[in-house]
Amino acid sequence: MTTTTEEAQMTATQETMAPTTERIASVSAAAYRIRHHALNMGEVQGQGYVGQALGAADMLAAVYADQLRYRADNPEWEGRDRFLLSTGHYAIGHYAALAEAGIVPVEELETYGSDDSRLPMSGMSTYTPGMEISGGSLGHGLTIAVGMALGLRYQGSGARVYNFLSDGELDEGSTWEAAMGAHHHQLGNLTAMVDINALQADGKTDTVLRTEPVTEKWESFGWYTQRVDGNNMAALLQAFDNAAAQAAAVGRPSVILCDTKVGRGVPLLEEREKAHFMRIEEHEWQQCREQLTAGFEGTTGR
Amino acid sequence: MSTAAAVKGTAPKLKTSAMIASFADPGQKTASAPFGHALVKAAQENDKIVGLTADLGKYTDMHIFAQAFPERFFQMGMAEQLLFGAAAGLAETGLVPFASTYSVFAARRAYDFLCLDSAEPNLNVNIVGGLPGLTTGYGPSHQATEDMAIFRGMPNLTIVDPCDSIDIEQAVPQLAASEGPTYLRLLRGNVPTVLDEYGYTFELGKAKVLRGGNDVVFISSGLMTMRALQAAKALAAHNVDVAVVHTPTIKPFDAATVLAEINTDRLAVTLENHSVIGGLFETVASAVVTAGLGKRVVPVALPDEFLDAGALPTLHERYGLSVQRIVAKVLAELG
Repeated sequence: MTTTTEEAQMTATQETMAPTTERIASVSAAAYRIRHHALNMGEVQGQGYVGQALGAADMLAAVYADQLRYRADNPEWEGRDRFLLSTGHYAIGHYAALAEAGIVPVEELETYGSDDSRLPMSGMSTYTPGMEISGGSLGHGLTIAVGMALGLRYQGSGARVYNFLSDGELDEGSTWEAAMGAHHHQLGNLTAMVDINALQADGKTDTVLRTEPVTEKWESFGWYTQRVDGNNMAALLQAFDNAAAQAAAVGRPSVILCDTKVGRGVPLLEEREKAHFMRIEEHEWQQCREQLTAGFEGTTGR
Repeated sequence: MSTAAAVKGTAPKLKTSAMIASFADPGQKTASAPFGHALVKAAQENDKIVGLTADLGKYTDMHIFAQAFPERFFQMGMAEQLLFGAAAGLAETGLVPFASTYSVFAARRAYDFLCLDSAEPNLNVNIVGGLPGLTTGYGPSHQATEDMAIFRGMPNLTIVDPCDSIDIEQAVPQLAASEGPTYLRLLRGNVPTVLDEYGYTFELGKAKVLRGGNDVVFISSGLMTMRALQAAKALAAHNVDVAVVHTPTIKPFDAATVLAEINTDRLAVTLENHSVIGGLFETVASAVVTAGLGKRVVPVALPDEFLDAGALPTLHERYGLSVQRIVAKVLAELG
């Protein structure tokens, strides 16, 4: 079965109720704040993976502001759902989400990438509360997620495991080893979310190593597969609801393939030539924030 | 004797035999699958222990554990990156995984996953590597002659090179109890029982003097401690008195015990089932240099080469690991 965005939404309406306007607005506001944090952190560094953070902010907001079970005052709480950031360089977006979740103080974000900070440029579990794994060597996250899902299930935990990975990581053979393993072990408590921003370090994904047809690949590996516009909050929440509805200790693992736009929410950056490591001039940061706010207020009608 | 050999009047050529040929001597006392049985015993006392393998359960004695605890055993398929990534994930949930494959695949193929997913967060992941050094005649694809060289550079990793069934039985619960990742150079199948004659117990991180001697001191690990003890007996017939120090823990290394034994007038020889590069010899050599002992150390080790395929006795003789070659080397050194 090929699941296009429309079909996924059609299936979704059969499985779960469409998210309410209030819920969409609330999570969209969280995504706005995550983007705002990311711009501030990028300005402190004078650079950084701002484009990726802006593109993935809606996915991160859907997880932290809507789906994930956690305790902000106790990030090690045993019953928590696990969110594994496989793409270490997306840490800027993840820290912003952790601040939104109340796990990392907002004022600490300005230490991003500085000496002795708990918020290094590439995410590491040994540095940051709420950071489950040390990502960065790409293609690791899903293998660890398989072990965590097995371990939680074996110990009778109802916690779910979310692994955030990027389309570039679909180049790595280990990702597909893990995709097979999750299906073989029927890890219904595991959800992968793939940020398909169509960009890698050396250029556009389809010029570096073609990964399409991505949907068919995951389906053929036995996963419950949905593909959505990863910058459409209503579609994202619907997909997460569908994944949650079929989650089980023993069952199909699920994947949400999210097509996103690098720099999303800031037209200046959306239109800039796409780069893995986006250069932003000193005077442009304020302009980025103003564009972000104007866009957000435009959509919310304020 | 084959017909061809009989016609030529030469000895028959030995056969490579199974993938994992035994290095036990004919008639030697052995124990069957000591690792598998030790893991079952440890798991009976520690309900956090789980086992994984990458399609080599039967060949790493993990099948013994799988039969005893099917719900605590996870088959990961022939996917070593998944094996060790998943082992880290299991450890993240508080379990104590033992994950087995061949040493070549653990060290060469899955290094990144062990290094970053287990060693950097210092998780209790226990790597069990079969066919360490020269314990198979299948050639370089299966002979992990440089596994310790690869693994010694990994921070937080404990490395254990056991001699026999006693070492393995006693090491397994200690590896489970120790914090952080470990690597066990597995000896599987019918494993010789050697150290019971020396009043020996395995202690993680400790070297042990198995016998004293006035002329030569052997510093050895792994199956080469068995050969060192045999060579010491053989050298006695040449009126050479040999001490043997067994150092099953390669990292962290018990430099204090070893240096105290080396810092004498005796000829110092290291013996290891590993390349001369990056293993026991260089571990000892760096300790000697760091301490400023100015002492010569003679290595018995595999050469820095890709080794031949063939029968283990042939290969051990060819590359200097046999008792006969050790004895000859020591006598030549003593002049």
